[in-house]
Amino acid sequence: MAILVYVEHDNSELKADTLKTVAAAQAIGGDIDLLVAGHNCQAVVDAAATVSGVNKVLVADNAAYEHQLAENVSALVLELAGDYEHILSTALSVGKNFMPRVAALLDVAQVSDIIGVESADTFVRPIYAGNAIATVQSLDTKKVITVRATAFDAVATDGSAEVVALSNATDAGISAHVSDELTESERPDLGAASVVISGGRGMQNGDNFKLLEGIADKLGAAIGASRAAVDAGFVPNDMQVGQTGKIVAPDLYIAVGISGAIQHLAGMKDSKIIVAINKDPEAPIFQVADYGLVADLFDTLPELESKL
Amino acid sequence: MKVLVPIKRVIDYNVKVRVKPDNSDVDLTNVKMAINPFCEIAVEEAVRLKEAGTATEIVAVSIGDKKCQEQLRTALALGADRAIQIETEETLDSLNIAKLLQKIVDEEQPGLVILGKQSIDSDNNQTGQMLAALTGMAQGTFASEVKVDGDKVNVTREVDGGLQTVALNLPAIVTTDLRLNEPRYAKLPDIMKAKRKPLDVKAAGDFGIDLSPRATLLKVAPPAERSAGVVVESVDELVEKLKNEAKVIS
Ligand SMILES: Cc1cc2nc3c(=O)[nH]c(=O)nc-3n(C[C@H](O)[C@H](O)[C@H](O)COP(=O)(O)OP(=O)(O)OC[C@H]3O[C@@H](n4cnc5c(N)ncnc54)[C@H](O)[C@@H]3O)c2cc1C
Ligand SMILES: Nc1ncnc2c1ncn2[C@@H]1O[C@H](COP(=O)(O)O)[C@@H](O)[C@H]1O
Repeated sequence: MAILVYVEHDNSELKADTLKTVAAAQAIGGDIDLLVAGHNCQAVVDAAATVSGVNKVLVADNAAYEHQLAENVSALVLELAGDYEHILSTALSVGKNFMPRVAALLDVAQVSDIIGVESADTFVRPIYAGNAIATVQSLDTKKVITVRATAFDAVATDGSAEVVALSNATDAGISAHVSDELTESERPDLGAASVVISGGRGMQNGDNFKLLEGIADKLGAAIGASRAAVDAGFVPNDMQVGQTGKIVAPDLYIAVGISGAIQHLAGMKDSKIIVAINKDPEAPIFQVADYGLVADLFDTLPELESKL
Repeated sequence: MKVLVPIKRVIDYNVKVRVKPDNSDVDLTNVKMAINPFCEIAVEEAVRLKEAGTATEIVAVSIGDKKCQEQLRTALALGADRAIQIETEETLDSLNIAKLLQKIVDEEQPGLVILGKQSIDSDNNQTGQMLAALTGMAQGTFASEVKVDGDKVNVTREVDGGLQTVALNLPAIVTTDLRLNEPRYAKLPDIMKAKRKPLDVKAAGDFGIDLSPRATLLKVAPPAERSAGVVVESVDELVEKLKNEAKVIS
C-alpha cells in the first residue's frame, strides 16, 4: 500500500503544513512518496528530501507547473495515481483547487479536510462549520483526501529520501496564469504562527490594525481578521480566519472586536488558549474564550502592548 | 452566452445545527433552510453578467427533493430565466452531483457555469472542480472577480497568499468566493413574476448514471465543547494569567 502526498510550496519554500499532512499519511500507514510539482523549485525538493519517513520524492520541475494550475497538476497526479492507494494534499488553496479534479478524473469521491484517521478507509472530518464531526468510511478503491493541517503534529525533518526526477510535462492548454498580487509580510504565516491576534469589525478601519501590530511584534504573532473586517476593506482577504477562510490552531489566539459568529469560531476554536477583548459582555466569543476582557479595545490595546 | 448556475438548498447560515442523540446525523427537522450563500453570490454574478450584456440567458439548476424548488424560485426572483430541478430523495456525493450537472452541461451547452465554492453544510468544496474535470473545462475557483473577454474569462482568485488571476478558455467553470459581489434582495414583484417562470423537473434516475454512494456515514458527533473560561478585570490580570497560568507568553 502506498501513499502519495502533494507538497505545498511556492517554488522556493516548502510549506510547513506539508509536514502535518505527512503525519496524516503516517496515521493511514504505508510507503509515503512526496510529489513536488513546480518550476525552478530545487530548494523545495531539497527540503522535501529531509522529511522524515518518506520513501521517495518525485519531482516534476517544468514550466507547465510553475503556477500549479489545477488543469495541469491534476493531469500529472492522474498519471502517477496508478501506483497509489491514497493521494493526500493539505487543505490549502492549491490542494483545494486541484484535488477534487483528480478525484473526478479517477472516478472516486474526495474526503475533504480530514482531522482524524480511524483506519485506512475511515476518516473524521468537520461538517456544518465544525458544529458536527462526521466519521466517514470511503467505499472507493482509491482515496483522494485533503488534510486539515491543524489537526496533526508535524513530522520531523531528519530524513534523506531518494529524489526521482519525472519527465512528465502536461500543459492542458486551457488555462494560463496572468498575475499574482501577493500580500507581503514580515510576519509569520497565519497557519504556522504559535500566536495569532485577529481584529474584527470593532477595529473600525484598516489604520487601527496598527494597534495590533505592536502587540504582534512583541509576541511574534501573525495577524488575522474576521470576515467583516475583510469585507469592510480594513485588511486583505488572505487574513480571514474562519469556516471559509483560514483555519488556525495556535497556542494563543487573541480576538479583538470580534463577536464570535459560528463561521469565525470554525476557524479558530481549536486554539489552545483563546483570549477575547470585546466591549459587549454578551458577545458569543466569550463562550469559547479562556480569558475574556470586557473593555473598549482602543483603551486596552495600547495598555496591553506596553505591558508585554 | 448562456450561464448555468447550480444552487443548493442548505441550512440557513445563522442556524447552529444540532447532532441527533443517536449520532446518526445532524437534526434538520424544523430548521430554517435557505439557498447556500455562495450559490446566492453565483446567481448574483450571473445576473450582473446579463445586465452587462455578456450573458443572454441564466439557467438555475438544483439537485434535491421537491423542497429545493423554493430555492430555485428564489434564483428566478433574483433574475434567473428558467430553472431545472433534478429530483432525488437521496443526499448525493459531490461526485454524483457533478455527474448529473455534467449531463445538464451537455444538454444546455453553457458558456460559463458559476457554482458556489463550498456548501456550508457538507463543507466539501469539490463540486465545481469535479464538474470541470468531467467536462474537460478550465476552472477558476474561489473567484473574487470575473471578467469575460472574448473567448476567454479572466478570474481573480482568493489564494492563501493573496490574489491570483488566471485566464481561462471558454466555456469554463467558476466558483464564487464571498467577496465576488453582494447579492441583491428579491423584490416583491420579481418574486411574483418568478412563479410564472419555467421550472422543469427531471428525475435523477433517468440520466443513466450510477448514483450509488461512495462513502458511508458511520457517525456524527457534536464537537468537543470549549468551556467558557474566566472574565478578567484588567489588562494586568490578563497578562499575569497568560504568563503564569496558561504559560503561553513569557
Ligand atoms: C457563507 C458565510 C461564510 C462566512 N465565513 C466567515 C469566515 O470564514 N470568517 C469570519 O470571520 N466570518 C465569516 N462569515 C461572517 C460571519 O457570519 C460574521 O458576519 C463575521 O464573523 C462577523 O465579524 P465581526 O465579529 O468582526 O463583526 P461583528 O459581528 O459586527 O462584531 C463586531 C464586534 O466588535 C465589538 N466591538 C465594537 N467596537 C468595539 C470596541 N471599541 N472595543 C471592543 N469591542 C468592540 C462588538 O461588541 C462586536 O461584538 C461568513 C458568513 C457567511 C454567510
Ligand atoms: N445538490 C446540489 N444541487 C445543485 N448544485 C449543487 C448541489 N450540491 C452542490 N452544488 C454546487 O456545488 C457548489 C459546491 O458544493 P460542495 O462541493 O458540496 O461544497 C455549491 O455551492 C453549488 O453551486
